[in-house]
Amino acid sequence: MRFVVGSGSCGIAAGADRVHALLDQEIKHNKLEGTLEITGCIGTCYLEPILEVYSDKNMKRFTKVTEESLKEIISEAKEGTLFNEESSEDSVESQLVQQNRIVLRNCGVINPESIDDYIKLGGYEAIEKCLRERSPKQIIEEIKVSGLRGRGGAGFPTWFKWNAALQSPGDIKYMVCNADEGDPGAFMDRSVLEGDPHSLIEGMMIAGYAIGAKKGIVYVRAEYPLAIVRLEKAIEQAKSQNILGKDIFGLKGIDFDLSIKTGAGAFVCGEETALIASLEGERGMPRLKPPFPAQKGYFDYPTNINNVETLANVPWILNKGGQAFADLGTERSNGTKVFALTGKVKNGGLVEIPMGMSLENVIFGVGGGIVGDKEFKAVQLGGPSGGCIPKELLHTPVEYESINQTGAIVGSGGMVVMDENTCMVEMARFFLDFTCKESCGKCTYCRIGTRRMLEILERITDGQGKPEDIPLLEELSYKIKEGAMCGLGQTAPNPVLTTLKYFRHEYEEHINDKKCQAGTCHNLISYHILADKCIGCTVCSKVCPTNAITGERKAAHVIDQDACIKCGQCFEKCNFNAIEKS
Amino acid sequence: MLCQCKQTSSSGLSEGPAVDLSQVSDLLTTFNPETSNLITLLQEVQKVYGYLPEEVLSEISAVTKIKEAKIYGVATFYSQFRLKPIGKNLVMLCQGTACHVNGSAKIERALQESLQVNEGDITPDGLFTYINVACLGCCSLAPVMMINDQTYANLTSADVFKIVEEIRAQEVEKKAI
Repeated sequence: MRFVVGSGSCGIAAGADRVHALLDQEIKHNKLEGTLEITGCIGTCYLEPILEVYSDKNMKRFTKVTEESLKEIISEAKEGTLFNEESSEDSVESQLVQQNRIVLRNCGVINPESIDDYIKLGGYEAIEKCLRERSPKQIIEEIKVSGLRGRGGAGFPTWFKWNAALQSPGDIKYMVCNADEGDPGAFMDRSVLEGDPHSLIEGMMIAGYAIGAKKGIVYVRAEYPLAIVRLEKAIEQAKSQNILGKDIFGLKGIDFDLSIKTGAGAFVCGEETALIASLEGERGMPRLKPPFPAQKGYFDYPTNINNVETLANVPWILNKGGQAFADLGTERSNGTKVFALTGKVKNGGLVEIPMGMSLENVIFGVGGGIVGDKEFKAVQLGGPSGGCIPKELLHTPVEYESINQTGAIVGSGGMVVMDENTCMVEMARFFLDFTCKESCGKCTYCRIGTRRMLEILERITDGQGKPEDIPLLEELSYKIKEGAMCGLGQTAPNPVLTTLKYFRHEYEEHINDKKCQAGTCHNLISYHILADKCIGCTVCSKVCPTNAITGERKAAHVIDQDACIKCGQCFEKCNFNAIEKS
Repeated sequence: MLCQCKQTSSSGLSEGPAVDLSQVSDLLTTFNPETSNLITLLQEVQKVYGYLPEEVLSEISAVTKIKEAKIYGVATFYSQFRLKPIGKNLVMLCQGTACHVNGSAKIERALQESLQVNEGDITPDGLFTYINVACLGCCSLAPVMMINDQTYANLTSADVFKIVEEIRAQEVEKKAI
């Protein structure tokens, strides 16, 4: 028997390490027969930890494995009865059939720490074929046919960047991978690095060969320790098999070296020129373009930068042909896109779907709808550079142009679902707080403008908003968009502009009526005990951190509004719905 | 007039405990700007001390000839670098969008309540420092926090109190032994 534990960061957070340790112990000491392996994240994070057990003929998948359920699995495995019963519906499988997996083709399938697993599934065939049979120009042509666009946010045609770097004169060129996945709410790059690092290496090698670079650098976020470890291992393995290094695949004069640089935490480093500055050990501040990195990049050498997801598509495209990729998706947005479906959605995780699927199908079909069957309010796309799309626009197809028309952007693929209990003004404040902190400070409009916008939004959510705040926010938004040099500043007002466009009434309620319908803005809510429902169980008074709740046992309790810090713990704990939020 | 910042303690840097410079002398003497860079060096130094002590930044400048102002500029630009010492256990609270939507503000209040410190400060017993961090990438299990290298997922306020208490108890036990 073969036991495979899903061990991506999210699996581990949900307890995969404990599952792994327990199985390991049973195999080593308690006569459980079988081998133990790991795999990356299959994307159904809401079902973690996931364990797959393989016999010669069968596979059975167990989800949300606990210590108790694992003990049962182990004893059944020892008795040989594990495969006797037909397994009930496999919820992972039913999730996967709705997807079309190119980038995530190996995630959750292979052991990410084994190069042999990758090679067995056709890995490194594409690069070898490219090196032996194709010219850089032919490769770029294939990518052009595929219509692949940058998956990091801007959606710029990949072939165009490669071609520019190829045309750029010079013997020394660099191929850089942007794995600084800073967009809060997106984690597909982490998943690829942790679950299928070799596909990124192969993608980088192909891109490197196409532009004429012999050196590659992967710039990874420091917040992803496991991704760094797995990528380091993968690079070592590729080197030992002569896939990376000098005279690769035994081809004289063909070299490609790959190294990792760990980022130090700055959202702006997702911008190409800022990333290059950071690679050079400087403060990560963007500079004016042109010259573009393809002309003058890392230490002034021609440099091409692509994001992880973009590069993970490349080996597939070279294997199956650009046309196969172009056949998927819509006219202008080809192929598939990975989305990180999170927030108030039932089936949270990573999903890879063909471009053009409607938002509704993604959230209510693949995503299974809203947690607790509450009312859907909005979906946030594109992180701090994106926007909130309301219910009325759920029919919008997920592709670059259509999403741009709503005021949001596809971005790197974060899709945060919000229900009736999410305040949209507070959401806008949250994003401005983020961009304000992450502004590098170079452009005045971005540095000071985002700060002023944040102050206004804080005022509104505190209940101190003034009617003239709304036009002021709009004015500032447009000025920042015009006055900022890089993408961070130019898109920073998007969360405010989209919420003003679709949820203006919420701003007005906060300002005019001092009301927060969603019940999240602290100063605009209060908790009260309904005397007729309270049975005096004292649970609320025990949980209250400020002793604001008083009352005799078996008699209705009262909240002292001056002492209440509105932490909401009493509201959560009350079993009798006797506490009201207003 | 010459710079006075060293004479007064208004540089914004901490007055931590005396720092043993010999711990990083190998790191500094082998530093090669051709193959490495300042960020990597600072990351390695922080691994040694848990933060970037002022004396060490001056030493880096003296050895590498990189100007102190530039080192300070880089050290304050990136969120990973800390100029103050931290507690024995570093709590990183995720402030990503998914965690925010799923109630990370409540988790932060619970953390403040149970640790009785503000973000970035050390608890009086020296056991904890908590900091807010950008997305940890476990968005489907939000809200999330990471203590040292372990991630805690699907948190409630009650979980936070329990986890902190458990670590405190473990530390007391360790001390007793």
